[in-house]
Amino acid sequence: MARILMKGNEAIGEAAIRAGGIYYFAYPITPQSEVGEYLSRRLPEVGGVFVQAESEVAVGNMLFGAAASGKRVFTSSSSPGISLMQEAISYMAGAQLPVVLINIMRGGPGLGGILPAQSDYFQSTRGGGHGDYRVLVLAPATVQEAVDLTMLAFHLAEKYRNPVLIAGDGMIGQMMEPVEFPDQFEEPPLPPKDWATVGARDRAPLITKSLFLDPVALEKNSIILHEKYLKMKADEIRFEPYKVSPKNRAIIVSYGTMARICQTVIDELEANGTSIGLLRPISLFPFPERAIHDAAVAPNIELVLTVEMSMGQMVEDVEKAVLGKKPVHFYGRTGGIVPSPEEVRDCLLKLLDGGKAK
Amino acid sequence: MSEVTAQATTITFSRPESFSDAVTHYCPGCTHGIIHRLVAEAIDELGIRGRTVGIAPVGCSVLIYNYFRTDFLESPHGRAPALATGLKRVSPELIIFTYQGDGDLASIGMSEIVHAANRGEKFTTIFVNNAIYGMTGGQMAPTTMPGQVTATSPYGRNVEEAGWPIRMCELLSSLRTPAYIERVAVHTPQNIVRAKRAIKTAFQNQVDGLCFSLIEVLSTCPTNWGLTPCEATQWVQTNMSPYYPLGVFKKPEPRLEV
Ligand SMILES: Cc1ncc(C[n+]2csc(CCOP(=O)(O)OP(=O)(O)O)c2C)c(N)n1
Ligand code: SF4
Repeated sequence: MARILMKGNEAIGEAAIRAGGIYYFAYPITPQSEVGEYLSRRLPEVGGVFVQAESEVAVGNMLFGAAASGKRVFTSSSSPGISLMQEAISYMAGAQLPVVLINIMRGGPGLGGILPAQSDYFQSTRGGGHGDYRVLVLAPATVQEAVDLTMLAFHLAEKYRNPVLIAGDGMIGQMMEPVEFPDQFEEPPLPPKDWATVGARDRAPLITKSLFLDPVALEKNSIILHEKYLKMKADEIRFEPYKVSPKNRAIIVSYGTMARICQTVIDELEANGTSIGLLRPISLFPFPERAIHDAAVAPNIELVLTVEMSMGQMVEDVEKAVLGKKPVHFYGRTGGIVPSPEEVRDCLLKLLDGGKAK
Repeated sequence: MSEVTAQATTITFSRPESFSDAVTHYCPGCTHGIIHRLVAEAIDELGIRGRTVGIAPVGCSVLIYNYFRTDFLESPHGRAPALATGLKRVSPELIIFTYQGDGDLASIGMSEIVHAANRGEKFTTIFVNNAIYGMTGGQMAPTTMPGQVTATSPYGRNVEEAGWPIRMCELLSSLRTPAYIERVAVHTPQNIVRAKRAIKTAFQNQVDGLCFSLIEVLSTCPTNWGLTPCEATQWVQTNMSPYYPLGVFKKPEPRLEV
């Protein structure tokens, strides 16, 4: 298929359809409303469903009901909306239902603002709702990657029967870039959906629930979930190294569109003779701890700099990965302010040489 | 003697096929059990067991899925209408019902039921109004009667502070979207017969693809009302039914052109 110029939000909507995600429930919120606007036109054309719910609380629970059918269901929202869905996400994780959630993050806490941020990292990667659970979190850096990861998310959700979250920052939703959609979404075979609630016709009734009043049964459910998360940690870690080499004096860890700004910094410094590498986590849970650790402990590395559009959230995971073997620093802006390449460069040089460029 | 036995084997009354043989956990005299049975009979009579999915609430009937032989989803407190909406929209061939208490439907889940009804979602809601939160130990509900003593209204419900009890049938029947809304009770045999007819009609509407249907059933909670089972049925008659009049509030209308 030809490359076409598309806005991130619309490309995500189209990608979902291409992956068979034609059942969509949502409530408008900036900066992602174009996903719903696009889908309200497209879904009737492909025999899909779009219900504009009365609230994100309802959206989360409509997804719960719809996901139980075994069909590919999803939503898109932004930070405050995702907060309201946490109830249902906890229940869906408990009941092991597949669902795709797209969070085009804006600044918080509270109503915050409508400009890009990455300050939902804790909420995304720590569970967010109540109980012992995790969701798989994927963070795209380009519109093309948003397309690819959205499609992959539907597969992973079903593979693990677990919610999968796309953590995009507001820039991804709003920017226009050329994208290509595969003619066909190729995915490995998935197990039969014997868990789908389709009526007890000729089998024993099926109960989809997260309620286990017997503590032994509840603990057992949590252990089953935990084993699933361990399997994700073994099989679903994704990251991209950029200019990582033995010559690197420092490693930047950054994700989403922030990582692209860091690439600009790295290119510029390279031209001036300072070698910096970037490790960009694509899966935020599971987190690429080993890759970051290995890059950080290389002999020439003086420090690790984590750059985020937040007051510092992923930096805790980076510190955990580096295990105190190298100093880990943080630079970030938030509230909708995107750090400029100059800011990041100056911060890095100050850390490396006390401000003197090499 | 043997002749009598032979005659007695003609079965005139048996457990509905849609009902499991589990022993329910409800307190003695609680009418949740009667309402369950009416739902199971309606499902049987319409022959829809194999394509019916129930949505369980949070409340005393949280374990309803143990008593039915249909598929079931267990929902968060109050959200059953949202789950039902999601499932019905992606699987319109299924027959879906929610079974909800008054705390579940009229308090935490008020938004979900109003909007599902207003969208005309084609599922069936059985709304069990026992004027109290049963499961959590008898706290005040939005349906608790004025002056009624509960664990959180120890001086009786004060309408100045807590407002008057919410009448869901009246509230929902103010919506224009076509729907079938009826209030029934199960404290006497005649009322049980009427309740059965209403519940079956509510499912029939769904089979016919007609409209959203809600049946409110006045129910008892002898345990938390602090009454014997017999006194509890009396209490429904004397205290609840004057404020919650029985009857049909809304019938399916022809689709209005706009
Ligand atoms: C979010 C949330 N809040 C509160 C509860 C606790 N809770 C369980 S049942 C219930 C009240 C149920 O009352 P009702 O719906 O009237 O049903 P009944 O038990 O009377 O049949 C409450 C408040 C909960 N489980 N979840
Ligand atoms: S507490 Fe009340 S509503 Fe609950 S089972 Fe007992 S009598 Fe029924």
